[in-house]
Amino acid sequence: MPTDRQKDDNMLILNCPYCGVDAEETELAAGGEAHLKRFGPGSSDDEFHDYLFMRENPKGVHFERWRHANGCGKWFHAARCTQTLEVFGTYSAQVTEPPKEIKDAITAKRPDWTWREFS
Amino acid sequence: MKHYSAFAVAREALRYHTGWERAWRSPEPKKKYDVIIIGAGGHGLATAYYLGKNYGIQNVAVIEKGWLGGGNTGRNTTIIRSNYLQDPSAALYEKARGLYEDLSQDLNYNIMFSPRGVMMLAQTQHEIRGYQRTAHANALQGVKTEWITPERVKELVPIINLEGPRYPVLGALWQERGGTARHDAVAWGYARACSAMGMDIIQQCEVTGVRSDNGRVVGVDTTKGAIDCDKLGIVVAGHSGQLAEMAGFRLPLEAIALQALVSEPIKPCMDVVVMANTVHGYMSQSDKGEMVIGGGTDGFNNFTQRGSFHHIEETVRALVETFPMISRLKMLRQWGGIVDMTGDRSPILSKTPLGGCFINCGWGTGGFKAIPGSGWGMAQLMATGHSPLTEAFTLDRFKEGRFIDESVAAGVAH
Repeated sequence: MPTDRQKDDNMLILNCPYCGVDAEETELAAGGEAHLKRFGPGSSDDEFHDYLFMRENPKGVHFERWRHANGCGKWFHAARCTQTLEVFGTYSAQVTEPPKEIKDAITAKRPDWTWREFS
Repeated sequence: MKHYSAFAVAREALRYHTGWERAWRSPEPKKKYDVIIIGAGGHGLATAYYLGKNYGIQNVAVIEKGWLGGGNTGRNTTIIRSNYLQDPSAALYEKARGLYEDLSQDLNYNIMFSPRGVMMLAQTQHEIRGYQRTAHANALQGVKTEWITPERVKELVPIINLEGPRYPVLGALWQERGGTARHDAVAWGYARACSAMGMDIIQQCEVTGVRSDNGRVVGVDTTKGAIDCDKLGIVVAGHSGQLAEMAGFRLPLEAIALQALVSEPIKPCMDVVVMANTVHGYMSQSDKGEMVIGGGTDGFNNFTQRGSFHHIEETVRALVETFPMISRLKMLRQWGGIVDMTGDRSPILSKTPLGGCFINCGWGTGGFKAIPGSGWGMAQLMATGHSPLTEAFTLDRFKEGRFIDESVAAGVAH
């Protein structure tokens, strides 16, 4: 749900999909890249290295984990542009890849976006 | 290149300053160079300079997307120190600090190095232990630092409030030979010296691709056409990931925004650099009288060269507690730079999976202080294939578990 303040770009505002609040940055804690696949015992050195250190770090569309820390306390996911701070949408933490409506919202604004295997 | 001197100033004064020449040339790119450096910031220009000076490799181009020194070189808080915990870091940063001492003479360009002393306040019991440990480590590394008492802190910084309500000052790690330098002048000085050696500094020229043949770099595509090279150095800080992708490999980096701000100029009131890492603020006074303030980073990936406002508020709130007299200062400017953070908060100076292609990145929040040492080591690595200064900072250290962990060490701030 975009708000006027979001258009101003002054502060990052994310809508918490659990409690529905438009939370501004001071209410939120960033949790890093979303949809990481864990590699542990039994995996190869390369897989473990990539899991620990190789983040996507895109200049553009990115998927992240956030926590509504000073609010309902729940973790959720956000799709965001790291170049413009535009927010495409937020969604449940209980999924392993972005839902279709989020992907569609991104495609509407960034037709040629790519992000791992999800684009 | 005409030599800068007191005599030159007098000579030009007599002829209405009509005889000054441009500090560096702005040539069109040639078809081929021995070495291309991408990124005309401090680290890139220093690399080119020491390639020419130490190894006689002068057929070099430094390519810059924007303008020279317009990235993080012109956005930092100009602090120079070498009080790191780990041996490889101390060696590299101390090399840099040592080179800064006579860099003005070396470059014939006044970089205004001011070894005014850097003080890192201990405001918790944990910090006391951490800084005392760093002071001991520095003694073994041959880096001169010392642990000082709150009384000595007050003596050196009369405007400080030792009995802050949240975080009293319990002592400090003091590096007398640390300080500041004019950040733009470092880039300009290196650029002028590189240009004088015949190197080409090509600004407003964006690299759009890296060309390779048989696993070896052969050149770059740019907005001014294709340019061939034997060796390529990528020294671009925030956009290292994008350049690496063009060269066909990935980097363990995340880009975030780091902010700084300056106040209106006031009369001299603090002649050392003070860093308060618990409350996350640091401050020094520029030669113009502005209080130069460094703040925190955002917790999320960001390429906007502009950070979140609440971080400024947090930084200033902490500094007002520590320095009550600044509470009525007006802040003049605020800006952000995109810093590339590695997992262990140490830089990467390394060969890459692409033959002939080298990378210098990951300086995170503290690259300015390292510029001469970084350039020195990087030039040695590119010219000879090995440098004792950079050997611990390889790209594969993450896979091999050889971290140079400065993220939990007391030595790391900004």
